[in-house]
Amino acid sequence: MKKLALVVAAVALFAGACSSSDEPSTQPGGSVTAPAPKGAGKAGGGTLTVFAAASLTESFTALGKAFEAQHAGTTVKFSFAGSSGLVQQLTNGAKADVFASADQANMDKAVQGGVIDGQPAVFATNKLAIAVAPGNPKNIRSFADLNKAGLTVITCAPQVPCGAAAKKIETATGVTLKPKSEEQDVKQVLNKVASGDADAGLVYVTDTTSAAGKVDKVDLAEAAQAINSYPIAAVKGGQADLAHQFEEFVLGTQGKNELTKAGFGPAQ
Amino acid sequence: MLGIPAALALALVVLPVAGLLVRSNLTRLPSLIVTPSSWHALRLSLLTAGLSTLACVLLGVPLAVVLARARFHGIRLLRSIVLLPLVLPPVVGGLALLYLLGRKGFLGMLITTLTGESVPFTTAAVVIAQTFVAMPFLVVSLEGALRGSGDRYEQVAATLGARPWTVFRRVTLPLLLPALGSGVVLSFARALGEFGATITFAGSLEDVTRTLPLEVYTQAEVDIDSAVALSLLLIVVAVVVIAVARPRSWEGGLR
Repeated sequence: MKKLALVVAAVALFAGACSSSDEPSTQPGGSVTAPAPKGAGKAGGGTLTVFAAASLTESFTALGKAFEAQHAGTTVKFSFAGSSGLVQQLTNGAKADVFASADQANMDKAVQGGVIDGQPAVFATNKLAIAVAPGNPKNIRSFADLNKAGLTVITCAPQVPCGAAAKKIETATGVTLKPKSEEQDVKQVLNKVASGDADAGLVYVTDTTSAAGKVDKVDLAEAAQAINSYPIAAVKGGQADLAHQFEEFVLGTQGKNELTKAGFGPAQ
Repeated sequence: MLGIPAALALALVVLPVAGLLVRSNLTRLPSLIVTPSSWHALRLSLLTAGLSTLACVLLGVPLAVVLARARFHGIRLLRSIVLLPLVLPPVVGGLALLYLLGRKGFLGMLITTLTGESVPFTTAAVVIAQTFVAMPFLVVSLEGALRGSGDRYEQVAATLGARPWTVFRRVTLPLLLPALGSGVVLSFARALGEFGATITFAGSLEDVTRTLPLEVYTQAEVDIDSAVALSLLLIVVAVVVIAVARPRSWEGGLR
């Protein structure tokens, strides 16, 4: 009897867990399940699903709100993750309407994978800066300072865009860094500087803006050698009209303002 | 009656691996596996998993004996706490280790003051993370066997005049061997597959902290074929470990 009760309880739990997935939900780093818009015709909006690079989290969340306000009845849902992870999800059949990448290489991959509709357009640029503890106690002033003895420096792995940008600066300056760790995404680098486990980390200018107070920014003159372009495009099989409206919105004045506020540079 | 769910359960394990195999680029497989990076990762993985298994045995065997034999208030709670790493999300484990042993953690600060060294971002950090995650497997298998067998044999040996160390060596240990065997294999395999605590606490740097699972993650960013090939390598190593390191005689303990 006891066993039976256990089985019943387990089945009930399982069923409960399943039924809750009927609602639209965003899993961190995972896919977004957009429900079929109930009774929402073409004119009435519906749900717009945007796959965007993790570095766009703050600015795109704000832009999504503004877009919803201007398009009554439309809900914008985001999946923020590393660009290459998002491309993999898209090429493996994830449903989305818009894709915004943190670099050209991953947008190219999406285009080659046949998941992009139309021509991608660059809407912003980003460059590297050094994140240090507030007050810059180790007195780090330049890229070459990162090689000072006794410093714990963290970078991104060369396989991800922020690490590729760091490599470009190394090549341009002839200074080869010896990081203690090559992290998988820029937020991990930022966290390790903010937690005090690293003295310095190479991150994007925009990350030092979003973590202001926890880290200080040291600007890099050499960062101009490695400017990242952020392209945006509509995804094939998505709601083309709504997707293009969102693209225009990001490329327009309101988009520009929001992105500048977050520390992004203008499209070049 | 049991056949259908049993087949489904088996399929849930076997089919995803088959999916990896189908997806893999068999012609490129050897060239993808034999790269300096993957060789470094494999070597580091075997080294750290070996060391952490050793640590699991040295620390986990006494702990299991104490948990199984001691009778005091709160032992049940203690038992649950020991199992915590089994259910914790690995990233939580990594963060917990970082806040203990990181530069701002209370033990980490002490270590840095005393030795001038810090633990995160070192191979030692990988071993600590793996031991943290793998030790419950050893403790659980041993403790179960100990409690199942009871302590009648030990008591009889003691009444016949055997000293405690002799009892442990001649009675307890032989009784425990099968469970110890499966515990060692389980913790080695778990250490080999450890990912979340390692990347959070130890970071990811070739030849220092980037184990095979971390190398798979790094490669997946740029070359999915290479990531799939390395995944297959990891699976092969794990299966070999489980199959070779668990001779038939040990399986008696699991029955």
